[in-house]
Amino acid sequence: MSIDKNTVKHISKLARISLDEKKTASLSKDLTSIMKFIEKLNKLNTEKTKPLTSIIDASLKTRKDEIKDGKIRDQILKNSPEKNEEFFVVPKVIE
Amino acid sequence: MSKISELSLTKIVNGIKKKEFTSLEVTNEFIENSKKSRKLNSYITECFDEATKSAKNFDQKKDFKGLLSGVPIAVKDLFCTKNVKTTAGSKILHNFIPTYESTVTNNLWSQGAFLLGKLNCDEFAMGSSNETSFFGNVSNPYGKELVPGGSSGGSASALAAELTPATIGTDTGGSIRQPASFTGTVGLKPTYGRCSRWGIVAFASSLDQAGPMTKNVEDCALLLQAMSGYDYKDSTSIDTKVDNYSSNLTEKVKGLKIGIPKEYRVENMPKEIDDLWKSGIDYLKDAGAIIKNISLPHTIYALPAYYIVAPAEASSNLARYDGVKYGHRAKGKNLNEMYENTRSEGFGDEVKRRILIGTYVLSSGYYDAYYLKAQKVRQLIKSDFDKSFNDVDAILTPSTPSSAFKIGDKSDDPVSMYLNDIFTVPINLSGLPAISVPAGHDKNNLPLGLQLIGRPFDEQTILNLSLAIEKRANFNRNFKNWWS
Repeated sequence: MSIDKNTVKHISKLARISLDEKKTASLSKDLTSIMKFIEKLNKLNTEKTKPLTSIIDASLKTRKDEIKDGKIRDQILKNSPEKNEEFFVVPKVIE
Repeated sequence: MSKISELSLTKIVNGIKKKEFTSLEVTNEFIENSKKSRKLNSYITECFDEATKSAKNFDQKKDFKGLLSGVPIAVKDLFCTKNVKTTAGSKILHNFIPTYESTVTNNLWSQGAFLLGKLNCDEFAMGSSNETSFFGNVSNPYGKELVPGGSSGGSASALAAELTPATIGTDTGGSIRQPASFTGTVGLKPTYGRCSRWGIVAFASSLDQAGPMTKNVEDCALLLQAMSGYDYKDSTSIDTKVDNYSSNLTEKVKGLKIGIPKEYRVENMPKEIDDLWKSGIDYLKDAGAIIKNISLPHTIYALPAYYIVAPAEASSNLARYDGVKYGHRAKGKNLNEMYENTRSEGFGDEVKRRILIGTYVLSSGYYDAYYLKAQKVRQLIKSDFDKSFNDVDAILTPSTPSSAFKIGDKSDDPVSMYLNDIFTVPINLSGLPAISVPAGHDKNNLPLGLQLIGRPFDEQTILNLSLAIEKRANFNRNFKNWWS
């Protein structure tokens, strides 16, 4: 399967990564060679195989749903690229 | 007297306890070594002032209760450290300061160790050479032009060059074992669930595990013990007893059955790797182990399956980097454009490739053909191991198909880079524990490692077998110091 430039543009849109023409072309080449490598799997018949869902044979433990941390709003806001008082600021969403 | 930094972790712990030297003397020596070794580019963030304070504080209180009392340790920059910058080797996190501490590093600090610094790694642990780091290449102490392996390349380089007494890395497809093999050090990937993943920057959640990287097997047992254990904050960590790996450590492996999988004798494998494997077999025979030929027929499908599963999980895990709450943000006319520009500027080429592969295989209409198929193949690979472990106690293979390669040699061809992990990836897909132990040098005097694979939660057996190899291989890291 070859990943042409239009496919690269489509998936980069889905992944929210902007790409220029040059990058799109080089990624189309790289992704095609990776997908070719992946397609070795088609040689293997897996019709009767069940997919692996859990790597270790153990049931998930449950725990009480309690708050054990919090009240660190200011510390968390310190990492934000843009803030206004106690809010994260993003470009305007509603016109 | 030899320098403190030349000693093993175990000897340093004991030396501090017996008051042969103070924590401050130990710390100062590693800081000195680290400052003189900036050419290696092992560190992303140095925490030397804080480490000096912690050492002084320790020497006043002298609390010897922990397994690592008074020891400074530098860790891979993939572990979140409270109030200390954590970058994952990425531009998108270049300014991120966590408000919390990862469970695994917290376990080390509870045992009396303290942070010396944060070590370089491939961006989001995606790479086998440390060349994808936003913070630049790392050199291997065995040669300026050589990669230290990856993704835990800064960790391996710092450990081999004696900038830290021991270190911890993470391993998603070989990221502890391959750099250990390339630098002549010991690296262990524990069973999936043995160590908590909480607070580790996520790459592929069903494959990631943290593990110890040390100068020798004894240290590896000690550090594994210090970092392991159940954690309620990681629902995939397993609530099972952590063995006392150190006191149970023995080279008495008589009667243990060791499997030699024929599928690991790959095409174009250098003769030296094959010879090393044969020496490993001889060492274990000499120790009284029984060698058995086994077959793991689905081995050749492991890498292609990995390059579906790992990118799929990565594309989902890395969706959180959007420039809103932390990290790098680019400008954009609207919200979507801001996201797209942020992720375009913030991620490097290899990370972009993997996000796009992951997005593609999970996109509408392709799920069954790729992700579901890969999970089925994964089941077959795991069943191969399950069946083998009915007959054998551990499996011996080479750790890597070559010794350390040159910086730039494989960076243009992603698939040739991926092939480096051919012996390590099947183990992550199956959740098993595996260790790389240095066992010899090739004709260019570069180190080569052997890998031992164990049953789930049987880290003890592979540690014991590694000790038996270590005692017989007489391996020395015999590089000349060219960097300080």
